[in-house]
Amino acid sequence: MTATTDLDVREGVDRETVETVQNMGSYKYGWDTEIEMEYAPKGVNEDIVRLISEKNNEPEWMTEWRLAAYRRWVTMTEPKWAMLNYPEIDYQDQYYYARPKSMEVKPKSLDEVDPKLLATYDKLGIPLREQMILAGVEGAEAAPAEGRKVAVDAVFDSVSVGTTFKDELAKAGVIFCSISEAIREHPELVKKYLGSVVPQSDNYFATLNSAVFSDGSFVYIPEGVRCPMELSTYFRINAENTGQFERTLIIADKGSYVSYLEGCTAPKRDTNQLHAAVVEIVILEDAEVKYSTVQNWFPGDEDGKGGIYNFVTKRADCRGDRAKVMWTQVETGSAITWKYPSCILRGNESQGEFYSIAIANNFQQADTGTKMIHLGKNTRSRIVSKGISAGQAQNTYRGLVTMHPRATNSRNYTQCDSLLIGDKCGAHTVPYIEVKNTSSRVEHEATTSKVDDDQLFYCRSRGMDEEEAVALVVNGFCREVLQALPMEFAMEAQSLVAISLEGSVG
Amino acid sequence: MSDIAVKDMQVPQVSGTAKAPDALDQRLAALDLPKGAFAAARADALARLRAMGLPGPRDEYWRYTDPRPFNAPEPAAIARIEGPDSPLFASRDKLTLVFVDGVFDAAASDDLALDGIEITTLANPLGAEWADGLFGTLEAAGQSPVRRPFAALNTAAARDGLLIRVTGKPAKPVHVLHRRASDKADAIWHHLIRVEKGAELTLLETGSVGARSNGVIEVDLAPGAKLHHITAKRANDAKVGLSHLFARVAAEAVLKSFALAVNGTTMRQESVIDMVGDDAVAHVAAAVLGDGDEGPFHHDDTVFVTHGALRGESRQVFKKVLKNGATGVFQGKILVKPGAQKTDGYQISQALLLDEASQFLAKPELEIYADDVKCSHGSTTGAIDEDALFYLRSRGVPHDRAIVFLVLSFLADALEEVEDEGLRDEINERLDAWLTGRGRA
Repeated sequence: MTATTDLDVREGVDRETVETVQNMGSYKYGWDTEIEMEYAPKGVNEDIVRLISEKNNEPEWMTEWRLAAYRRWVTMTEPKWAMLNYPEIDYQDQYYYARPKSMEVKPKSLDEVDPKLLATYDKLGIPLREQMILAGVEGAEAAPAEGRKVAVDAVFDSVSVGTTFKDELAKAGVIFCSISEAIREHPELVKKYLGSVVPQSDNYFATLNSAVFSDGSFVYIPEGVRCPMELSTYFRINAENTGQFERTLIIADKGSYVSYLEGCTAPKRDTNQLHAAVVEIVILEDAEVKYSTVQNWFPGDEDGKGGIYNFVTKRADCRGDRAKVMWTQVETGSAITWKYPSCILRGNESQGEFYSIAIANNFQQADTGTKMIHLGKNTRSRIVSKGISAGQAQNTYRGLVTMHPRATNSRNYTQCDSLLIGDKCGAHTVPYIEVKNTSSRVEHEATTSKVDDDQLFYCRSRGMDEEEAVALVVNGFCREVLQALPMEFAMEAQSLVAISLEGSVG
Repeated sequence: MSDIAVKDMQVPQVSGTAKAPDALDQRLAALDLPKGAFAAARADALARLRAMGLPGPRDEYWRYTDPRPFNAPEPAAIARIEGPDSPLFASRDKLTLVFVDGVFDAAASDDLALDGIEITTLANPLGAEWADGLFGTLEAAGQSPVRRPFAALNTAAARDGLLIRVTGKPAKPVHVLHRRASDKADAIWHHLIRVEKGAELTLLETGSVGARSNGVIEVDLAPGAKLHHITAKRANDAKVGLSHLFARVAAEAVLKSFALAVNGTTMRQESVIDMVGDDAVAHVAAAVLGDGDEGPFHHDDTVFVTHGALRGESRQVFKKVLKNGATGVFQGKILVKPGAQKTDGYQISQALLLDEASQFLAKPELEIYADDVKCSHGSTTGAIDEDALFYLRSRGVPHDRAIVFLVLSFLADALEEVEDEGLRDEINERLDAWLTGRGRA
């Protein structure tokens, strides 16, 4: 991308926002695909865990790993400390495995791919060329996609539908495939790293995920390789009463670099659906990983009916010296969000960054933040969190910054700002700050305010209506985080900010 | 590489106090529960305590302070501290009330009569009918949403305390001077202060008390009332202590509370402030100097400010200077209830760590349910600013003196909350003497 385009986009922000506000319907991705599905029986038990393992053609060690997690999970209780209020989840009243029947045998050509599946990705706005590749069509990789390349792993309910640009990535030595494939094809890497950042016993939802995860993405960037394109995973929940439990494992070997994007949507349904993912990132010496998420699961309707319960454990381990990780998240979806992408700064001079926009409207509840665990010397971390609450939503920033006694000369800077739109919502900040050495410096700032009347008045006096004006002010409030996003995501995120706030004014 | 386990935050957010009935029974058995006045309030407090139990090791509200010294049936005996610490505020004309191990000593105290104020005691509450129906109620109200079992224990078991009703503007401050008689005393006292409409009081607390102390102050401020509360306990006072301030602040009333703590204590100070009237003002502040070489030092400030009315102004200013293995804790919260518009809430917690062995643990929280508010908090932790030190040294200030200057300037924001300039200067001079007297900061 050239600088000119960059400029265009920045200038286009206001226009884009205004257009988005004008076009605001409700949730854009709320339709479902009527497709013949194959389900495992409802509920979870050891047989279901074995069945999922069997469906993925997993080796015995993997099945045992899952069973160990399941046995641990039944002894655990669901955490209740978050500022979230939701009815008791019946873990036996949902499906843990669902895949399109047509995916039972991998399609060889476009003609064989279920057109409904194709239409799904088309409708989600993924370019056609990519779509062919996405649907698992062999041979389409040869034709380059238009513009910048982004390799995609598309997950539909419990299975990966396909992964694009695999050959081109393979030439660079990059492994990008579904985790089920990695378990079969690269067992040595999976064995070495799976569960090494988020152990099986880590927390209730991560343990459940360890037992029943059905698919997800696997990335390995070899030593010294700068990944030739951005990698992405698109998660789609389609089936009703079905939980999605994906597992992502990213390994950045010494001196490598990768930028990874994650997107997700789900149909509008009256009932709540469970999503419990685990993302593990291992970063070795001098390597860098950027992980960006636009989380747009169905948030429930205006009355708080339906929506995804999103319980996610994401953690990056900067194992080597000078390793670097950057989490960027735009959280606009889900009825319930419980998510704390964290950085373990183990290597000396390693760096962690966390940029977050969390928007909660109507009856959404978000409890999200990060943990920066400084263990190595001269480690650096930065947290910028922007929480926006509207309607009757509750939005909590929860974070931990800890400076271990040995993490000398380390730095943290935290800024968390909250914006309230309307007098029925809530914005909360719960930071934990633990400093155990003196040469480190930790700074934390937080503010809570409403949309500034002067700014609104200014916009209104320039002819904008109130919703346009609010969207503009909110985009300004979020700017620091939006700018940390890769280009494609920044555009999408900006529109989402406006859409998510629909109906919050007046 | 480190083998430290990094687990997701698993402890409950709101205090789910673990019930340890055996521990509580033992704790209660060691107490001599008073009979007589305020029997209903005391029975109620005991029932509440039994329902909530003592804090357990997994209690989120006790994440940074070990509750065991307070759970133990008997306090550990302390070594007497030698050498008198000349009492603070000596030059000030004041009405001094002496408490020995938490019990009022009438013979050692000044005459209780003073214009604009009625003073009686908990042990002998003759004529304090106004306190009926008020005693224990602010403590009870302060138990939600977070449980504070030791405050309930205090209401049930306090042997003595002051019942003060302020009706005017007394000519001089009331001074509570604590004295220690026993090296094993488990001192539990409970003050109740009602400041009537438009009345004002300055309350000073100094001295040292008990091997273990548990003090509760309930403050009820009527519209336009004002209380200025300054605690400056003795330095190097080896003991464990808990204090709770429960304040209800009505419209246009003003509460200012400042505490000074220096060395030698394991202390937890909880301030629970409920801003119930419009345009209420509440400031809570503390300046803390902790040197682990003078005995184990652990100082925990836990503050919970609730804004329940319009245009409230609250400030929390907490400054801690720590060295030689001292630990500072700050748990602060601003809760803005729905409808408490135009709230102005501010909270700052800062620590100056003078060496590698010390630590600062903070949890500064905001919980906000109203949109037209201005709330902010800040927390910083770091070492002496080398540039500032260099500047002072280059101007000819000796190294040790320069450190003292920098420490005093670091604490200055907290001292600002002492409204009376004379008192503030006296505290500052005392801090300077403490810092300089040891020849090191």
